[in-house]
Amino acid sequence: MSTEQELTPTSYIGHHLSFNVKQVAEGGFWSVNFDTLVVSGLLGLIIFGFLWWVVRGATAGVPGKRQAFIELLVEFIDGQVKGIFHGDRNKFLAPAALTVFVWVLAMNAMDFLPADIMAWIFHHVFGQEHFRSVPTSDINATFALALSVWLLMIFFSIKVKGLGGFIHELFCAPFGANPLVWPFNLLFNMVEYVSKPLSHSMRLFGNMYAGEVIFLLIGMWAATGFSGTIFGALLGGVWAIFHILIVALQAYIFMMLMVAYIAMAHESH
Amino acid sequence: MNINLTLFSQALTFAILIWFTVKFVWPPLLAAMESRQKTIADGLADAERARHDLEMAAKRSADILREAKEKAGEIVASGEKRGSEIVEQAKAQAKVEGDRIIAGAKAEIDQEVFRAREQLRTQVSAIALAGAGKILGREIDAKAHNDLLDKLVAEL
Repeated sequence: MSTEQELTPTSYIGHHLSFNVKQVAEGGFWSVNFDTLVVSGLLGLIIFGFLWWVVRGATAGVPGKRQAFIELLVEFIDGQVKGIFHGDRNKFLAPAALTVFVWVLAMNAMDFLPADIMAWIFHHVFGQEHFRSVPTSDINATFALALSVWLLMIFFSIKVKGLGGFIHELFCAPFGANPLVWPFNLLFNMVEYVSKPLSHSMRLFGNMYAGEVIFLLIGMWAATGFSGTIFGALLGGVWAIFHILIVALQAYIFMMLMVAYIAMAHESH
Repeated sequence: MNINLTLFSQALTFAILIWFTVKFVWPPLLAAMESRQKTIADGLADAERARHDLEMAAKRSADILREAKEKAGEIVASGEKRGSEIVEQAKAQAKVEGDRIIAGAKAEIDQEVFRAREQLRTQVSAIALAGAGKILGREIDAKAHNDLLDKLVAEL
């Protein structure tokens, strides 16, 4: 810990969970979480730069290890999308799924960075008092992704069925076209449209946030003396190993939900 | 956890990343993979065809071999047959020739015998004439008694 203030559990956790906020204009909304943007942007740059670099040298002949690895990933995503979506997936959905999976996985994986060492580096190397390294434990990041997916969902729904078809579906599905059930249909669809992005974003956010908090709690225990350090290290290791599963699983779930939502938007009822 | 401008920035980053992947990452890799898939499929098809061809060739070569064997057997058999025929023919010819020679010899012998007999007969008739001439004390005119002599010769 690098702050001069008194170290209490509350201040410790609060310090680790506060964003590097930069005010852009007046008002509560007009500020950005600088840490989230920088980390996610950098990760995007590194990962998609790497992908681009590999793909630019891609050969149809015998692939190298790098290319084979990327192809494995692409084939995995393609297989998942193929199972759900029955249109031309190469035009948009499969590459979008690849983007989401890889990016979210990378952002989740920032959770593996040891929180206190990173805080020390951010403080002493970059001079930042507050800096969170896990973008997906920022509700803004996950909600931005979910909201983008939600907009894509509506966009494809209208594109495939037409505006009339989209509105028709709002009123006539799932209970039927009888005017008596129109309000219920609309209510039902509204609940669905509201719940989809919320559950989509909250699931990822909740998992990552909770993971971070548990790391911090373990870190606090590790500061309570010799046995605390040993058990804290042990537990931290166990939780980190378990967290590998969560990180990969949440990225996978987020991608699959996106694919499912957009695939559903392509289907007419 | 309050919603702020990060939301839009993050969504923008997301949109850019999706656009980038759709445009520059996915298509080239997919093209490479599909082209490799095609190459492999073609290679496998070629191998399959080659295997089939090989099978056919093996079958055909076996057929040809069998045919050749049959033909050779036929040729050998016909040769043997022809040989025995020739032998038979030669045998027959030899027999005919032998018979002919024998017949010729026989005829010659007969002729010789006949000639000898004729000679003997003439000699005998001459002796008889001479004898008769001696007995009769005169010459028998051979010309005058020619027909008598001839009759005698024929009787001998």
